Amino acid sequence: MEPLFFWVLAVGLVVSASALVAFRNPVTNAVCLVVALVIQAALFITLEAFFLAAVQVIVYAGAVMVLFLFVIMLLDVKEEARRTPPWVKIVGVLGVGGVAVLGLTKIVPLFPFTQKTLHWGQGKGGGSTAELGKLLFTSYSPLFLATGVLLLVATVGVVVLCRKDPES
Amino acid sequence: MIFGEITLGHYLALSSLLFLIGLAGVILRRSLLIIMMSLELLLNAANLALVAVARFQGLPDPQVAVFFVITVAAAEVALGLAILVAIFRIKKTTAADQLATLRF
Repeated sequence: MEPLFFWVLAVGLVVSASALVAFRNPVTNAVCLVVALVIQAALFITLEAFFLAAVQVIVYAGAVMVLFLFVIMLLDVKEEARRTPPWVKIVGVLGVGGVAVLGLTKIVPLFPFTQKTLHWGQGKGGGSTAELGKLLFTSYSPLFLATGVLLLVATVGVVVLCRKDPES
Repeated sequence: MIFGEITLGHYLALSSLLFLIGLAGVILRRSLLIIMMSLELLLNAANLALVAVARFQGLPDPQVAVFFVITVAAAEVALGLAILVAIFRIKKTTAADQLATLRF
């Protein structure tokens, strides 16, 4: 059952991410990104990271995507002009991608620690919400406070950047 | 082998594949908006690798790192989109290749 879940989600993630890169309509891109982020949350659940799956849906698929959609509506972004990118770039990207896909299946088994298998529910439960919260408020509390300051600075920065110029 | 049990390697391979797709988006696309969406893919690829390692090694610490990455990504998106709106007000475009001048 687990391999089935993994493969369905993996294929979905790769397809939606490729669609994000391939399509030109910004709204389509935004929908592709939402699908990719939700599939990523599902992958977090297969990895028993339930808290992060919830955060992923709330913060990414919720807040970040709303920001993107607001900007798309606000700017009235048109479809990107159809053009053929320089063939050097296409060949380069396809070449690197092909080598990577072929190479990954060869390289990954070379590292013994990647061969570890773990069935669902057998993990040590390292990622429970209680454990994460304890770490966040003890060993990582300075970082936690710093992210608070970061978000405040970002908020102030956004307000300053988007303010109408008082001189004009 | 590949289609048998799911190993840590599967997740790491998927993560690097996602990173490559995002990188292709950053390189090939010209709209700043799409470039920022591709940047989100890059961050998500890193998150996936971190969560996979956290689970297979039984450590909670990488998950805390993912938590911080998500926070910083949210701040990054807000600031990036604000800059995008500011640029659009001046230049009336979001195509990266038309923003080649250092001063407006």
